[in-house]
Amino acid sequence: MTDQAYNFAYLDEQTKRMIRRAILKGLAIPGYQVPFASREMPMPYGWGTGGVQVSAAVLTPDDRFKVIDQGADDTTNAVSIRSFFQRTAGVATTTATREATVIQTRHRIPEEPLTEGQILVYQVPIPEPLRFLEPRESETRKMHSLEEYGLMHVKLYEDISRHGHIATSYAYPVKVEGRYVMDPSPIPKFDNPKLGDMAAIQLFGAGREQRIYALPPYTRVISLDFEDHPFEPSKADHPCGMCAATDSYLDELIVDDAGGRMFVCSDTDYCEARQAAGHIGKDNGGKGAA
Amino acid sequence: MYVAVKGGERAIENAHAWLAEERRGDTAIAELGTAQIREQLSLAVNRVMAEGSLYDPDLAALAIKQARGDLIEAIFLIRAYRTTLPRFGASLPVETGAMACDRRISATFKDLPGGQILGPTFDYTHRLLDFKLAADGEVPEAPSREAATGPVPHVTGFLNREGLIEEAPLDNTPPPDLTREPLEMPANRALRLQALTRADEGFTLGLAYSTQRGYGRNHAFVGELRIGSVPVEMEIPELGFAIEIGEVTLTECETVNQFTGSKTEPPQFTRGYGLVFGQTERKAISMALVDRALRWEELGEDNVGAPAQDAEFVLYHADNIQATGFLEHIKLPHYVDFQSELELVRKLRREATAEQMREAAE
Repeated sequence: MTDQAYNFAYLDEQTKRMIRRAILKGLAIPGYQVPFASREMPMPYGWGTGGVQVSAAVLTPDDRFKVIDQGADDTTNAVSIRSFFQRTAGVATTTATREATVIQTRHRIPEEPLTEGQILVYQVPIPEPLRFLEPRESETRKMHSLEEYGLMHVKLYEDISRHGHIATSYAYPVKVEGRYVMDPSPIPKFDNPKLGDMAAIQLFGAGREQRIYALPPYTRVISLDFEDHPFEPSKADHPCGMCAATDSYLDELIVDDAGGRMFVCSDTDYCEARQAAGHIGKDNGGKGAA
Repeated sequence: MYVAVKGGERAIENAHAWLAEERRGDTAIAELGTAQIREQLSLAVNRVMAEGSLYDPDLAALAIKQARGDLIEAIFLIRAYRTTLPRFGASLPVETGAMACDRRISATFKDLPGGQILGPTFDYTHRLLDFKLAADGEVPEAPSREAATGPVPHVTGFLNREGLIEEAPLDNTPPPDLTREPLEMPANRALRLQALTRADEGFTLGLAYSTQRGYGRNHAFVGELRIGSVPVEMEIPELGFAIEIGEVTLTECETVNQFTGSKTEPPQFTRGYGLVFGQTERKAISMALVDRALRWEELGEDNVGAPAQDAEFVLYHADNIQATGFLEHIKLPHYVDFQSELELVRKLRREATAEQMREAAE
């Protein structure tokens, strides 16, 4: 199955070593963006090349690999990345969160708590949390080194004064171990509380922007907020239509021409496991079914 | 009832099969050979080699065929291939003064040693569709003569003798490597030139044009434009001397720009430089203009806030493979983020409406 023309997991060993150095540096300085010499990958920039390079650098032949996009294993780009590593590394794959040793994700953290020994690899489009406040990389790097985060607090404050709330619902900035402000990648803020104190290693790869950063296990991660406007994770106020879960992040589907809607877990593995365990939602023939 | 969508894998396979069929087009029409592309669409091949940063006309032709003529897609194929190639070492700097020129023109001197050679140019063609080509593309052989022997010295060398143009001292510092180190600011000129030579032609052209129209104006004369082949030499440590490993065709453009002097420099002409793989004239001239605009700081000029003066803006946005990837990624699903935005907008609207109703009631 492995494509013999390429090295294990596609990248050559020198490149993987360079990436591993960046990962180790990232783990040593949690939340700090480490520049790395990102390679052109056979998939486009912006489609997970950072995550793919990080996965390629950490995968071993014994790993079991899972890829999710929007929480789902079956979205097209997740399928494409999974088959890339099946082809170039020949690793075992799985859709079960619990069984995976390396999970590459775009935009979600799995619902099921991760454990020690697992690695969660995030695909990151814009690693710089200050980018939309200051477009210049030379400036934002200075701001990080001086711990000059006033601009970010002003932005959040302006949101509150204008809208009554912080108007950021995903890619919600966090502070890591009281030092670096970090972009958690575009996960919904619902997922932010899972970032902190996580048992698994979290690695973030931004290919086009040539940055890697990391959270070692059990790192303190705080979502930015104010005492009188505490951070609140949010989700659609419904149970899942398929598995009746009330604690999972939901996607909204339009199911008929009249604009009828249903809500369903974005984490497909979580939802399927619950259904298999006998939890049935109202759109799945369960209680309260129409 | 909602059924979770499975079968992404099969959908992708089928899409690829359809793509292959569309690429081939009508099978009643003869298939295009890569040798035909290499020979008859050579300017497309040159662009793919230049922006793909890989000098291999056969691979570029294959990439163009595979990409159905989408040159950015072809450049992407070449880049992705290039990055997997092992590196044996670096060549010696090529000597463009020793170029076997197919074309060599100067806009600053009517005549000069080595002469003006028009070469195979569109410049003075009338842009009238040639309907004969639709029926029969065969052409009579062009007149030829023996190439003139003798040196073709760089025009800027003549100006330099009078001290009229800024010095460009020889610098043997190894240049940084954009493809092996992350691009970090500030970027020195060698790194900027490296980024510009593989930059998107359209982006570079637009920026160069903007300097001509006043956004960081620096009137440029084409001191010299030359196209031709140069030998590539490499030192082999085991041998202890350099051997020729091949030949590449290059386009080199040196501009001579006005400069009225600054606090540190007397009035003199300054330089812009463009060097690109293949016959890629538009790109080389554009590159030289943008190079010159980016040099404002080292020449002590004012930053007038023009886009072409802003190295960070130019270098971070000039790569079409990065740009197209990120631009097109917005086609990927964003359900999760969109959902969180939906919740937020609904909440803000609910509160705004309640506020209005309260005000109306009062």
